[in-house]
Amino acid sequence: MSEVLRAAGVSRVLPGPAPVTLVRDIELSIRRGEFVSIQGPSGSGKSSLLYLLGLLDAPSSGRIWLDGIDTATLDDDQLAAARLAKLGFVFQFHFLLAEFSVLDNVLLPMDRLGRLPPPARRERAEALLAGLGLGDYLHRTPDRLSGGQRQRVAIARALANEPLVVLADEPPGNLDSAAGAVVRELLSEIAHRDGRAVVAVTHDPAFARTGDRVIHLIDGRITRDG
Amino acid sequence: MSMLGIVLGVAFFLAISALMRGSEADFIQRMIDSAPHITVSDEYRHPPRQPAQLHFADAALTLHGLEPKTETRGIRGYKQKLEWIAALPGVRVAPVLTGQAIITSAGRERGVTMNGVVPRLMRGVSDIDDKMVEGTLEDLAANPNGIIIGRKLAEKLFLRRGDNLTLAAPSGLVRTLKIIGLFETGANAIDEGHAYVLLKRAQTMLGRHDRANRLVLQLDDPYRARTVAAQIEARVGYRAQSWQEASENILSVLFVRNVIMYTVVSAILVVASFGIFNVISTVVLEKRRDIAILKSMGFRARDLRRIFLAQGLVIGGLGSLAGCLAGLGLMRILAGIQIRPPGMSQAINLPVYWGADQLAIAAGFALLSAVAAAWLPARKAGAVHPVDILRGGMA
Repeated sequence: MSEVLRAAGVSRVLPGPAPVTLVRDIELSIRRGEFVSIQGPSGSGKSSLLYLLGLLDAPSSGRIWLDGIDTATLDDDQLAAARLAKLGFVFQFHFLLAEFSVLDNVLLPMDRLGRLPPPARRERAEALLAGLGLGDYLHRTPDRLSGGQRQRVAIARALANEPLVVLADEPPGNLDSAAGAVVRELLSEIAHRDGRAVVAVTHDPAFARTGDRVIHLIDGRITRDG
Repeated sequence: MSMLGIVLGVAFFLAISALMRGSEADFIQRMIDSAPHITVSDEYRHPPRQPAQLHFADAALTLHGLEPKTETRGIRGYKQKLEWIAALPGVRVAPVLTGQAIITSAGRERGVTMNGVVPRLMRGVSDIDDKMVEGTLEDLAANPNGIIIGRKLAEKLFLRRGDNLTLAAPSGLVRTLKIIGLFETGANAIDEGHAYVLLKRAQTMLGRHDRANRLVLQLDDPYRARTVAAQIEARVGYRAQSWQEASENILSVLFVRNVIMYTVVSAILVVASFGIFNVISTVVLEKRRDIAILKSMGFRARDLRRIFLAQGLVIGGLGSLAGCLAGLGLMRILAGIQIRPPGMSQAINLPVYWGADQLAIAAGFALLSAVAAAWLPARKAGAVHPVDILRGGMA
């Protein structure tokens, strides 16, 4: 399996009178079809590492390669284009656009990328949502869905542009155990069936164990990877 | 509310602008219609050089005790000058001899400005024939002892058409003339203070034979008056004053008035644009989470700026459209209002300018201020750092 994401010597320090180190000396490599869990206690730097790997934040030192490209060489627009085409995000609080329907939320990244013609975009969005059991809720707004359904819409949106890597930040979030299990299963399928890399941050050891690989993070450092 | 600000701003902008420009156009039109476009008077712009000055061109010479030659006032050789001017393209010209006189009737006296005219020519340069309520200007030509006065003056002197009155000139000549026509312009100063007689009669009464003291001109294109006046003055020597020159003070007052008007009405739109600024700033603040999501998805800063600029444009566009409709409604109401200005005997409708250019100015200014007001919050939206928001969870 080919490497899609690599971090070498990555540190992130928040500058200020008393600088805060979020992550330090991160070395990791993630391959296609791999489901990687990042586990650690609260404040260990899990989400900070996810934002760095998702190109939402820039490392203070070290390099990150996405699909073989050194992201330090990309400007803001190129980073945005890389996020759009190669990455998909699932956040703890789903973060769907409240005024948009379920279908429109999923169409949004496809419309922005414009890789497919409009009818094909709609077809793909409907298929994705149907595959996640949301075929009957296409025109509902997120406020008329349950927490589990919203998170599934967020997963569909993350998959809309067929990303190389899906990055999930506490994906079960505040869901009950049954809904959390469904999300966990879905992410596993995305990695193993679709061949995408999935990086999920969690503080839940049970969720972390479903990953092919668990990276332990304490005080911004990787203490165990395997 | 922000759109209401734009609507009211555009509507008032239009109403005030239409009223101001309407009154200006009406004023200029009245000036053009009722007064000569060019008046050639028996004066010189620069006093003619004296023979001594011509003879000793470089000398510092002072001559005292000179007795100026007494000559009859008026334009010398006015007939030849009239012919030359009449041959100019798009020009109509008439001679007038004006002087003061006193009308007496049944013991009542009124001072009037006596205008000696050639009816056939005068009709081409004045709207007085249109203002005749009884008789015509042409009736003067058939009746050398006739006089035309204002209806108001006639009423004050208890006179009617067909009655006789006595006209006394400063030369001491007194004639009995028959009222053959009455006019009414609506301006009291003219209706009570002017009288028309034949040019020859005026020349006799004022003792200025073969003289006219004014040549009055109307042009097919009144806005050529400055150029034509300069051309005539260069040729005939006498001062030729265009209507623009004669009204320079008034026109400059109108200009200042327009500057004040546009400043005031623009201020309304500027205030309205602050409303848009507030609304879009609030929206950006409320949508920070959505902005962060869009940026994490791969939307660029300029995509987000465009969204909020477009929002400003939509508010400005819809506000301008509604404002234009409301403004047209206000203009229609204003155009229906009748007023009677001081010095006028007839009521007139408020003059309203209906030109499309002011719609374009109002809408364009409103759109511009809306986009300018949206620019700062839009820039702020583009600068949102998604991590700052995402770290805050539901914030």
